[in-house]
Amino acid sequence: MPPRSTPTLFDRSHLGSSLAAALLKLHPRVLIRNPVLWVTWIGALLTTVAIVTSPADRGFNAHLAVWLWFTVLFANLAEAVAESRGKAQAESLKKTRTATTARRLVGDQEERVPATSLRKDDRVVCEAGDVIPSDGEVIEGIATVDESAITGESAPVIRESGSDRSAVTGGTRVISDRMVIRISAEPGHTFLDRMIHMVEGANRQKTPNEIALNILLAALTLTFLAVVVCLYPMGLYAKTTFSIPVLVALLVCLIPTTIGGLLSAIGISGIDRLIRRNVMAMSGRAVEAAGDIDVLLLDKTGTITLGNRMATAFVAAPGVDQARLADAAQLASLADETPEGRSIVVLAKEQFGLRGREVAEPHARFIPFTAQTRMSGVDLASADTSGTRSIRKGAAESMKRHVDRLGGRFPEAIDAAVENISRAGGTPLVVADGAEVLGAVQLKDVVKGGIKERFEQLRKMGIRTIMITGDNPLTAAAIAAEAGVDDFMAQATPEQKLARIRAEQSDGHLVAMTGDGTNDAPALAQADVGVAMNTGTQAAREAGNMVDLDSNPTKLIEIVEIGKQLLITRGSLTTFSIANDVAKYFAILPAMLMTTFPAMSHLNLMSLQSPRSAILSAVIFNALIIIALIPLALRGVRTRATDARSILQRNLLIYGAGGLLLPFLGIKLIDLALTTVGLV
Amino acid sequence: MNSPSAWIQWTLFVGLLAAITKPLGLYLVQVLDPGGRTWMDPVVRPIERLTYRFLGVQPVHEQHWTDYARSLLTFSFVSLVFTYAILRLQHLLPLNPSGFGAVSEHLAFNTAVSFTTNTNWQSYGGESTLSYLAQMVALTFHNFASAAVGIAIAAVLVRGIARASVQTIGNFWVDVVRVTYYLLLPICLPFAVFLVSQGTIQNFKPYTAATLVEPIHIAMQATDAQGTSLLDSNGNPVLATREVTSQTIAQGPVASQVAIKMLGTNGGGFMNANAAHPFENPTPLSNFVQMVAILAVGSGLTYYLGRSTGSPAHGWAVWASMMILFLAGVLACAWAEAAGNPLHHALGLDPADGNMEGKEVRFGIFSSALFATITTAASCGAVNAMHDSFTALGGLIPLFNMELGEIVIGGVGAGLYGMLVFVILAVFIAGLMVGRTPEYLGKKIDAYEVKMSMLALLILSITILGFTAWAATQPWGTAGPNDTGPHGFSEILYAFSSAAANNGSAFAGLTANTPWYNTTLGLAMLFGRFLMILPILAIAGSLAAKRKMAASAGTFPVTGGTFVILLLGTILLVGALNFLPALALGPIAEHFLTHSSTLF
Repeated sequence: MPPRSTPTLFDRSHLGSSLAAALLKLHPRVLIRNPVLWVTWIGALLTTVAIVTSPADRGFNAHLAVWLWFTVLFANLAEAVAESRGKAQAESLKKTRTATTARRLVGDQEERVPATSLRKDDRVVCEAGDVIPSDGEVIEGIATVDESAITGESAPVIRESGSDRSAVTGGTRVISDRMVIRISAEPGHTFLDRMIHMVEGANRQKTPNEIALNILLAALTLTFLAVVVCLYPMGLYAKTTFSIPVLVALLVCLIPTTIGGLLSAIGISGIDRLIRRNVMAMSGRAVEAAGDIDVLLLDKTGTITLGNRMATAFVAAPGVDQARLADAAQLASLADETPEGRSIVVLAKEQFGLRGREVAEPHARFIPFTAQTRMSGVDLASADTSGTRSIRKGAAESMKRHVDRLGGRFPEAIDAAVENISRAGGTPLVVADGAEVLGAVQLKDVVKGGIKERFEQLRKMGIRTIMITGDNPLTAAAIAAEAGVDDFMAQATPEQKLARIRAEQSDGHLVAMTGDGTNDAPALAQADVGVAMNTGTQAAREAGNMVDLDSNPTKLIEIVEIGKQLLITRGSLTTFSIANDVAKYFAILPAMLMTTFPAMSHLNLMSLQSPRSAILSAVIFNALIIIALIPLALRGVRTRATDARSILQRNLLIYGAGGLLLPFLGIKLIDLALTTVGLV
Repeated sequence: MNSPSAWIQWTLFVGLLAAITKPLGLYLVQVLDPGGRTWMDPVVRPIERLTYRFLGVQPVHEQHWTDYARSLLTFSFVSLVFTYAILRLQHLLPLNPSGFGAVSEHLAFNTAVSFTTNTNWQSYGGESTLSYLAQMVALTFHNFASAAVGIAIAAVLVRGIARASVQTIGNFWVDVVRVTYYLLLPICLPFAVFLVSQGTIQNFKPYTAATLVEPIHIAMQATDAQGTSLLDSNGNPVLATREVTSQTIAQGPVASQVAIKMLGTNGGGFMNANAAHPFENPTPLSNFVQMVAILAVGSGLTYYLGRSTGSPAHGWAVWASMMILFLAGVLACAWAEAAGNPLHHALGLDPADGNMEGKEVRFGIFSSALFATITTAASCGAVNAMHDSFTALGGLIPLFNMELGEIVIGGVGAGLYGMLVFVILAVFIAGLMVGRTPEYLGKKIDAYEVKMSMLALLILSITILGFTAWAATQPWGTAGPNDTGPHGFSEILYAFSSAAANNGSAFAGLTANTPWYNTTLGLAMLFGRFLMILPILAIAGSLAAKRKMAASAGTFPVTGGTFVILLLGTILLVGALNFLPALALGPIAEHFLTHSSTLF
């Protein structure tokens, strides 16, 4: 869905349609689902009726009615703006879902059918230029695919059968070659369909926490409704008759309209923030769960380290010049296309200025790595035919056997060096020229820059990191120490991963992990948040509850942060909304009682000009604060990576104390403005 | 508040309360665990076992919360009917030396409900209405039982928080029996003896008639033979002076009832004047010890909470929140009473005397204000001064305490579970602010807990406000208050607050012994007790069944100053604000009117 720019909060192009959508949401059938707004809506209606029925207060009631309608409208607008951003993204996605024709295989025969008629387990053929008609698994062939329609990434990716990169997504385009795909999704349930549903917010299910919060808001509304309804007879006892619009004004100011209006916008924009980071959450529930995560299972490769081991040092045997070792190691690696091999060539060049020589050197015969010899290298026929120079590199054990066979001696110093390198988390490669051991090359995992600080932050937030690696325990421990993870699992199998997740969960932890292979699927499904890589297999993508379109495992950390931010925003605005009530009471209550008990003017702390101005100011503040907070609801409150106590103190100060004090100021200012303009 | 003795008494009181909290809490841990051990085991264990055998209870068999609720409701209903029967039949039963007749239907209903619900609202004067048997068997029994039930429910909620992944929350019969046998009876016995040592009476004698050494004369409205008031030619009542030469001095088994009425926060006095009566509360020392007894168990339960959930600091945080509200209440009330009435000062009364109307000279302003705050902070309702005669703001404090749901230490058990409702709400509202779905001591707070917590709060608000609003507009309601204007309104509001919050203290000044008031107040007491308890038990059951989340640095902290502030904020914003309009029409309006020279 490119381009995925950060949308501005009030996009001019969207604002018009948002306003229209907000007006449509005034329909009672829509509003009745939100008790807070429903009560406000009825209050606005009652006040509007009062304009006609009580002519004496016509002007005042009309003002009140207008602002009460605005209150509902502004709350609707918040939701509409949040939805509009998703709608725009959904539109661009829908364009990629244009009617495509599929080439279905029936037996050996190809037939052309509309993509929408494809069922699960149908087989289709795709060739260069074809749009892949639906989600599926490559069962034959290899091809490059342009997935930019889904991921926004323009570089093509390779999809091949029988590998961990066998999943293809409907709506993407084959650039070269031919492959046969087995369809894995029923029509209407493809990944693209789910994406569109998600961003559109269509049939958005309320998350558990949202439901609980809605109950709280409904109960508060009911309580205040009882308070206000009981106030009328109590007033009669004091020989005061409160007018319906004034009681409505009090009620609307007391019920949590602010959070009631913003709640769904906060939820929608939380999912939206994930989408902008190219993560598709399959449910809102997953986003919420992300905030609760306190254990992260992180794959070493790609998340903690830079993918591959790199040569970092040459350790020469006694009596051997280091440059000679480097030269031999480089020669042995010239034809080695693995990242390790290339890194040796590069290191030799950097440290000793040895340029990579022509690979097809005459008389050179390259020996590839095999599982039997566990060595690779090169045989050079020297020009003076004095013999063949045979250079080998390989793991210490196999090199020992190799040298022994040639009658050489394996120096003790190299034994020690090998031991040291292993202990430090590196992988030693021993290099020998014929029977002479020249030394060892240290290969090491390179820990990503800044990752240690990131883990430090996570620890402060109470999140434990566990590194998953296939390395042996010694190597794993060294990297774990260097990266600063809390724990590691060495030589981890998918079964062990699953067992570990279960164990953590039964200890009361919530676990998140990333995965891509088919054998990751059980663990992904078991984890509370399972993020599948988009490059992964179809099984993995279906087991997880999120898919990272960028296939970047580091993103797990961001996902947790987004989940937390969503919850913090919700809590902060709820606190703010409830704290607002104090000031509104002090505006409206004295105004209501001053006619009967003039002495109550002592409670008019803000010294508002007149009872009517006081009531109107409170209602206007109540409406405007919704508009003022929409940007915050959409953007999310600022969060910091620190412990819960500090976050609580900070947010309690800003949104709790701020929520108490700000309305005093706001209502006073509105009162001044109203009086200046002469509206009341 | 100017006298040093007030400060000394206050410091002693708070100090003593703090000191007994932990030992009592540790003892409660043993009492509330069916397998717990106490030093009384050699004597009490056999009796306990015998009781279970008699009741047919398997003490090891724990109950699901619905079964627990069923047992509780059955027990309460049966004992309510039992009490009703005794009150209605007291004229046929023994130990009735004064020969009191049967209690009227509506008063018997009101009284039976009142004592079953730990309210002890009294629409009657004890010494002029009830036989000794009714006082001792019907009422004192409830003083123990209703207190034990309250503590049991608090224990159940704490168990719900502390346990994980289980369906049961304890056995109702075991809880009630153990609390009575190991906690209430053993403390009340020496307590009653102590009260006797101070001068509280304990006997079965008929009332004594005493001839006054110095006859007193009182001016009364003259009546003719038919009892109608005589009026002079201007239509003003004719006054006649009456000489009083003898006094009836009530007797009875007072000490045994006073001990449990304080310890069990029941508050129903043997005498109409309650703790202001010299036979119930003879000395400053008895006054002090009675005040400590009111808050003792409630205070100890906070430690029980901390200890049982493995977070003593949380228990203390809850205790601190309660104490802050308590100290603020005492200060405000004592200050308002000491400041007195400006209109009296204008008439030449010494402002240094404060507001002595309706107070015992023996106790003076501070002890009366302290007692009033304590008795309404807890759901006790015993009084040693007439709250109706307090200044408007002085009377606001007891009213406010009750409308919070008596969570400031609170009634035995009821205070803790009422407070925990606010804790759950505080955790839910603010818990999100740390970026996790709310979690209380490892338990996720979901829609169900929120629903039940809000239901409990809603019941209290709607009962108090609804009945008050109803009474305020009905002839039967407006006939009740003895005063007009906001003060009259306060009298109605106070009655329903006291009933719904199961306090039982009376503002006085309300003629409540009428069919309407007895019935509506009785209903308010039932709603305030049982409709509160059911959601609480439901929360306990739901929490017990949940798995426990591990704590980390990211877990919402329920200890320390921030949490205390948060909890106080939640109580005031979610609990107290509901009553602001009603309070504005009552004591607040009265306060401002007093200061602009209008009295009621």
